[in-house]
Amino acid sequence: MADQKEVVITGIGLVSSHGEGAEHHWNLFGKDQSPEPVVNLDIVPPYGVHPMPEMDWANQIPRKDQRQMENWQRLGTYSAGLALDDAGIKENEDLLSSMDLVVAAGGGERDVETDENILKDAIASNDREQVLLDRLSTDLRPTLFLAQLSNLLAGNISIVHKVTGSSRTYMGEESAGVTVINNAMARIASGQSTHMLIGGSYNADRPDALLPHVLAHYLYDGGKDGVHARQKNGGGMRLGSVGAFLVLEEAGHAKARGVKPYAKLSGVAADLGTRDGDKGFARLDTMLEKLPVTPDAIVSGATGVSDATRFEMDYLKKKFGDDFPVRAMQTQIGQSLEANFPACVAFAALALHNNGFYAPFEPDEKPAPDSVSSVLVTSIGHVCSEGFAVLEKA
Amino acid sequence: MAKYTDHLGRPVVVVTGMGVVSSLGRGIDENWKNLTSGKSGIHKVKRFSTEGLSTRIAGTVDFMDAEEISAPGISYAMADATTEEALDMAGFGKDGFPGPLFFAAPPVELEWQHRFDLVKETEEGEIGYERLLASARAKKQEKMHNLIQLGTIAFRLAEKYGTKGLPISLSTACASGATALQQGIESIRRGESDAALCAASDGSVTAEGLIRFSLLSALTTHNNDAPERASRPFSKDRSGFVMSEGSAALVLESLEHAEARGATILGTIRGVAEKADSFHRTRSSPNGAPVITAISKAIEDAGVEIGDIDYINAHGTSTPENDRMEYNSLHAVFGDSIHNTPISSNKSMIGHTLTAAGAIEAVFSFKTMLEGVIPPTINYETPDPDIPLDVVPNQKREAEVSTILSNSFGFGGQNACLVFGREVA
Repeated sequence: MADQKEVVITGIGLVSSHGEGAEHHWNLFGKDQSPEPVVNLDIVPPYGVHPMPEMDWANQIPRKDQRQMENWQRLGTYSAGLALDDAGIKENEDLLSSMDLVVAAGGGERDVETDENILKDAIASNDREQVLLDRLSTDLRPTLFLAQLSNLLAGNISIVHKVTGSSRTYMGEESAGVTVINNAMARIASGQSTHMLIGGSYNADRPDALLPHVLAHYLYDGGKDGVHARQKNGGGMRLGSVGAFLVLEEAGHAKARGVKPYAKLSGVAADLGTRDGDKGFARLDTMLEKLPVTPDAIVSGATGVSDATRFEMDYLKKKFGDDFPVRAMQTQIGQSLEANFPACVAFAALALHNNGFYAPFEPDEKPAPDSVSSVLVTSIGHVCSEGFAVLEKA
Repeated sequence: MAKYTDHLGRPVVVVTGMGVVSSLGRGIDENWKNLTSGKSGIHKVKRFSTEGLSTRIAGTVDFMDAEEISAPGISYAMADATTEEALDMAGFGKDGFPGPLFFAAPPVELEWQHRFDLVKETEEGEIGYERLLASARAKKQEKMHNLIQLGTIAFRLAEKYGTKGLPISLSTACASGATALQQGIESIRRGESDAALCAASDGSVTAEGLIRFSLLSALTTHNNDAPERASRPFSKDRSGFVMSEGSAALVLESLEHAEARGATILGTIRGVAEKADSFHRTRSSPNGAPVITAISKAIEDAGVEIGDIDYINAHGTSTPENDRMEYNSLHAVFGDSIHNTPISSNKSMIGHTLTAAGAIEAVFSFKTMLEGVIPPTINYETPDPDIPLDVVPNQKREAEVSTILSNSFGFGGQNACLVFGREVA
């Protein structure tokens, strides 16, 4: 473990309900007042969704490739392109062919219309199984399968942007995003990799995305409230469409290219276990001890689901005091599961880069300090899994 | 210290426990007996009706006591069984496992049986997602929810077997099993842990799964009436793969850690490499460059010479394109010596176990070295003149095997290769 290399962020590709681009997001957020969250209550009522903004995919994805993807992949491939552009690596064949790709992905998306048609006919029939076989055989588009394979976001990024050093996809809801950051940090710090494209994407504008979460009653159905306000109403999460990709580099590699980093990724910690009482807090203590610096502010991945959110906020208050600036990012961009942690890391890096922090998103959040030199990013999964990352000024 | 580190000064990684389930049976002994007898696990699908489908066979695993007959239910049952077998063999008891879990996770999602169940729960809303959502809203379905979360199997295994830290679920499509091992190797080499549990499981033969692969023309449509003859890797008359189920788990440790606790060492993992392909979503670059790079880098990473490889455990899916591409790439790396290097495809007997394939084939590779027996490529009746390989046709072969190359390739341009060794040094 000796001779650990420094890891820096040199590119950010961000798409959320607020629009696209790193600078666009900072300009919108990095002011005295935070923007009004964009929430659509009409897509799948009564649940709100932070919808995908108007996109012109052709800016990053050739038309022939667009046809081979569904929106979660377009969103990811698009943000990956933004990150490569931002880092000045786009179309640099030497760097792309040795660049390592790590993606956090879920299970893709379904053809809602086909599902509904088959469901109607199967339910109406007295031979449900046969109707299902016949209709699946004729109605499923062959290419749709490729929109459903988790690793095909990475596959599309390799094809469209020619990132071909290596390619790995992690799954497991929020934990996937934590693993992506953790793995990238470990590989660069150990000298195994010099430059990586990492991130994830999530398309929330579709009923098949909401259904699994409605099954366990995790979604908030009380309107447009932020993460903290929801707690007075039973809690719950609101899904959001997000694409979040980062270019991570070994500091010397970035310097040799003459690139100024956004921020330094100083440490990552991850765990799984009980959240009960002292044992839960003790686990978070151990994670925090692994990080080399104490933060000036926190970008929280809190989901709004009451047990998980209370566990996190109680801990942060106990550890950092009642007046510490914590921003629950999902109030603004929604729950994007696998993409959530990379997106929060991007927001932390933007703050450090611009030497400021975000104005409160809700009355419950404390005022921002004038400047920050280190930011903690949290991910307390809505069901389980915990992750921390700490970033410093580069 | 030298004996504990490899040619690049990294900790030597050894295997101390293994477990496997495939359509050939449960556990290493039953699998190995059937595999070396040239028995096929492929059969007519009984789990669901296949009336009218162009492919009606698969290597399903129908003998597990799964909590639910669904992809997540069967995948978990198999992963649980192989993890237990591997940990028992390695001698890790109830005190938990001293390292992380890397799990190659199958694709799971809500299945049609779930949708049908949900529709029946309520009369509210039009039949479709409106009804499904209304039903879910009316009645909490926690079990159904948990089963279809992509991290659930790894989380449950981690909790049950006491692995350390955050378990990792991963997918590199049909290379996933190899990637799980790669993660474990890297974690030990980087010094993050002394041990790693690497597992893979895939029980996703559902009607929709079978149809999806059919629509991509990936599955063989021949031999529906003689299923055991359907998977024909490297034969001229091969026509596609057979979708199958299975799981494997391997316990990896640093040599130093394994010796310190007096564990029995089953073999070493000498090298690993991967290379992504940007050519096509389901096809490999015609010139094979990424595969050639992955094979060459794995051999280099292992610190061995091409001439040291005395057996290749092929990806060998039995699709016209894969087997030709695999041969061409091997030929480019090995030159004409490839014609005299034994190579066989376990998939001729167990079919393509998708997410689990790389891990299952690793277990069989270690058995090959331990037993001095190479499992055959069955159904090899019509050699393909374009693929002049010694595929160990139809009958097992006794042979001293000390170094093995194992290939895994997947949709999305995934290529991962591993080099295994029998001896520690």
